[in-house]
Amino acid sequence: MMNNLNFVYPEIFISISIMFLLILGVFKKNSSNLIYNLSIITLIGTLVLTFNYPINTDNILFNESYKIDYLSTFMKILVFIGGIFTLIVSFKYLKIFKILQIEYSILILTSILGMMVMISSNDLIVFYIGLELQSLSLYVLASFNRDQIKSSEAGLKYFVLSALSSGLLLYGCSLIYGFSGTTNFDLISDSFDKVEYGLTFGLVFILVGLAFKISAVPFHMWAPDVYEGSPTSVTLFFAIVPKLAALTVFIRFLYVPFINMIEQWQMIIIFLSIASMVFGAIAAIGQTNLKRLVAYSSIGHMGYALAGLSTGTNQGIQSSIIYISIYLVMNLGLFSCLFMLKRNDKYYENIEDLSGLSKNHPLLSLSFLIVLFSLAGIPPLAGFFAKFYIFKIVIEQSMYFLAIVGLLATVISAFYYLRIIKIIYFDKEKEKYDLDYNIGLKISLVLSTLLVAFYFIAPSKLLEIISNIVII
Amino acid sequence: MIDIGLGHYLTLGAIIFTIGVVGIFLNRKNIIVILMSIELILLAVNINLVSFSVFLNDLTGQIFTLFILTVAAAEAAIGLAIIVVYYRNSSTIRVEEIDSLKG
Repeated sequence: MMNNLNFVYPEIFISISIMFLLILGVFKKNSSNLIYNLSIITLIGTLVLTFNYPINTDNILFNESYKIDYLSTFMKILVFIGGIFTLIVSFKYLKIFKILQIEYSILILTSILGMMVMISSNDLIVFYIGLELQSLSLYVLASFNRDQIKSSEAGLKYFVLSALSSGLLLYGCSLIYGFSGTTNFDLISDSFDKVEYGLTFGLVFILVGLAFKISAVPFHMWAPDVYEGSPTSVTLFFAIVPKLAALTVFIRFLYVPFINMIEQWQMIIIFLSIASMVFGAIAAIGQTNLKRLVAYSSIGHMGYALAGLSTGTNQGIQSSIIYISIYLVMNLGLFSCLFMLKRNDKYYENIEDLSGLSKNHPLLSLSFLIVLFSLAGIPPLAGFFAKFYIFKIVIEQSMYFLAIVGLLATVISAFYYLRIIKIIYFDKEKEKYDLDYNIGLKISLVLSTLLVAFYFIAPSKLLEIISNIVII
Repeated sequence: MIDIGLGHYLTLGAIIFTIGVVGIFLNRKNIIVILMSIELILLAVNINLVSFSVFLNDLTGQIFTLFILTVAAAEAAIGLAIIVVYYRNSSTIRVEEIDSLKG
């Protein structure tokens, strides 16, 4: 039993830090800056503790309900990196909007704790607790700018739809428990040799709930509103981190308990994937708000990640994980650019505010250009490789229809990315934006842009790491 | 007398669940009703879990129910808090008037 605890040091450390920070925040006056910095340090500490044990351990802890393996460790590291950069990038934004309160960073920490539990879960109950810890923190984060009607409305919408999706997911859990007699992922797969309707129903309900969480079409309707309404720092968090956790659960769920029912779920995943790719590409065209546009583009990107999952092979899973890792870096770059559009303590988030940016801010425009080209999937940037791996495995599995629709959606979505580039480079210039970037913002923009631009030098590095993730 | 079996409990659960889901989508008046519908959904799940647990002779389902009850309370508290925050800004909680974000 005590040996088990060695493997959950990151979780224990982050939980204790959260409690400590809460108490510190209550008893020390004006400590929001301090707490913010301590939260970043906590996340870095958790990241370091993750390397406490060898990364390729394969352990099932606590009565087989908690799994530490290569997949979970890798995804957790991605979550920490996403969390650290979200906090580093958004400090000034929070200051200007006067929402830098002690709760903000603590809520981010709690949601990250929830995601860690989700990623490692090997049991329906553990998974549910992690999911709720994550969502309850995110409801509050979405409505964090509580004096603004938009932010509180975003929180309200997110709350209602997310609670509904949790309800659907739970109903699925209850059916699976009833028809298989257990809540453990490994035991569920042992419990049936023939397909039962109850299990199929449960599987479908759970897929619907998870599709809500990663905003796949047709369960995407919350995403644009919530992305637009919540504070931009929270939008960044929403756009990258919860999706990592939800995608991991997708993988764990489909490929461990339900791998024998692949005929049942494969069509559902293909449908979700095609619908998301096409809808994400088409609906983004008419948008004028950049945050809304990012919402639609992330819907589309989730479609590609699901396309990899639908193949039912290890290579498919690996290509999805590569896709989501590169997606994380690209979105980080995009949002770092967005945070730089500040003039006299006011942030700009409409596409027309970008017009003629290249004349006054050539470097910022260059990073915009690189990140947008990469999102559109133009070689030799990282986004191209991400899509390439997905299409490669999809074609290898001779799922040509999916591949063709995906390629068409890429072409359509290139239109709106290129339109932004056209506005940046060829439209009439506007007033200059402020240049007083803080150091964290600069670091994150430079790092993410360089990663995206020079991924092609050593694409095999990431492939090598991810090829160790073997689920089936 | 008819025997009450697992099927009856599951039907009851399914009916309550459907009322909850339909209540969320048909309701055009008040957000509080949506909150009640969400509670109904969670209660339907609890009925399912408890009846499965009894019929399978397995305690896991009842433990799961306890977790759900706890989380549902937390969820309702946060939901009400968000509604209060929203009401302060817009002085209405009518569902059809929540439309400042769209496109």
